[in-house]
Amino acid sequence: MRRLTAIAATVVATLLLTAGPAFACGGLIGPNGAVNLLRTTTLAAYHDGVEHYITAFQFAGGGGQFGSIVPLPGIPTKVERGGDWTLQRLVRETDPPVPAAFLSAGATRDAAQVILQVRIDALDITVLKGGGDEVGAWAKDHGFRLPPDAPEVLDFYANRSPIFLAAVFDADAARARGQSIGDGTPVHITIPTANPWVPLRILALGKTAGEKVEADVYLLNDRQPALLPDPNANGLTLQVSEPASASLLRDLRSDKGMGWIPQHAWLSKIRIDGDASALRFDLAIDASGRGQPSLRDAGLAPFGPMRPPVPWVGWVLLLAAVGIGLPVVGGAYLARVATRRTPPPAGA
Amino acid sequence: MPTVSRRAVAVLLGAMLVALLSGCGASPMRIQIVIHYSHYDPSRLTVPHGVPVTFVIVNTDPIDHEWIVGDAGLQQRHRTGTEPVHNARPTEITIPALTTRETTITFDKPGLLQYICHLPKHEDYGMVGWLTVT
Repeated sequence: MRRLTAIAATVVATLLLTAGPAFACGGLIGPNGAVNLLRTTTLAAYHDGVEHYITAFQFAGGGGQFGSIVPLPGIPTKVERGGDWTLQRLVRETDPPVPAAFLSAGATRDAAQVILQVRIDALDITVLKGGGDEVGAWAKDHGFRLPPDAPEVLDFYANRSPIFLAAVFDADAARARGQSIGDGTPVHITIPTANPWVPLRILALGKTAGEKVEADVYLLNDRQPALLPDPNANGLTLQVSEPASASLLRDLRSDKGMGWIPQHAWLSKIRIDGDASALRFDLAIDASGRGQPSLRDAGLAPFGPMRPPVPWVGWVLLLAAVGIGLPVVGGAYLARVATRRTPPPAGA
Repeated sequence: MPTVSRRAVAVLLGAMLVALLSGCGASPMRIQIVIHYSHYDPSRLTVPHGVPVTFVIVNTDPIDHEWIVGDAGLQQRHRTGTEPVHNARPTEITIPALTTRETTITFDKPGLLQYICHLPKHEDYGMVGWLTVT
């Protein structure tokens, strides 16, 4: 089994990224066998209504092709090679003695309407729009075999956002480029969206119930984000939640394509270490300061558009019903009683 | 107007009933199995032996599946088999993504069989059904 690592890092404000290191293990099984990921690292940063998703695909040797599928919260405006420094700098910030921070990126892909295609080093990246069936058909047409949980997982995402990023790693091209095992290719995805979220369930794709999912997700937001589900339960651990240091932001800003990093940001690091069978949700982020991360974005609500809860409406209607209905009913009752008690007119 | 005895009417109706029943028996029993999210529905079936049964297998998933019915020995052989596609035997069917396949089988004796998809990890994921032949 090969391992793909994804390292993601990035900056600024609120983040929502759906594109987890999509390299989620085993997203796709290629002609040469299954792809297994070790630990994946991703940076999901949200600032000025734009989500910056940065991750890395690691060359794990071998030949042929393997890929990953990353669900996205919206259509990206740009997919480009990320800076070489960002993810490593984030890891160094939160885990100083860490030797080499690589996260495994699985390989996957999907298909449907092709929105964008770009080649980054030995990676062929395709942004697709379509439902689970279309994505599955695309994968099949491109020689990949999806694992048995793929139909349900793809529908899980497509019902919320039918945008997927497929990254196919050409191991032969990587070798020809002189890439060594362990070399990662960082990818920076820019996604305008009002609702950032980080795809976590995709990390369990292709894994059996007892297998472990390990990943690190960094968030960079303008302010401390509210997260759903609880980042300290269900296999998640919120290891870092603090204002990002000036030196970190300065270093990140100096990397390629990272000039958007703000002067101030809140840094969060969430470690994922749990059974694949338990990872049936995503990470919803409310970076607005309202403290109401979306159940739907977390994959915890039924499919379909979710209506924002407006609890006061129910109370207003109830009070109105009582306020109007009670006098009307009471008045009618009193009138009836009064009528009964009224003596018949004389001579009647 | 000629009259028809009750006995004659009874005989006529009986003959019609026999003809109707024998006509029904001429076509195989049809059973539909739907594959959705890599699971069979239904996953438990009972059929009689000695009569043809047509299984209509509907694959609603965007990935390929198999429907291989047989005893434990056959299933064990398929766990290590190398045939990428099954089409030669009515008890071993490959159903490509989003397609429907039919196969007609006459089970020659009663017994308890299984139907399983032997593509990688599919059985572990739960693509297993039980078929009782009475």
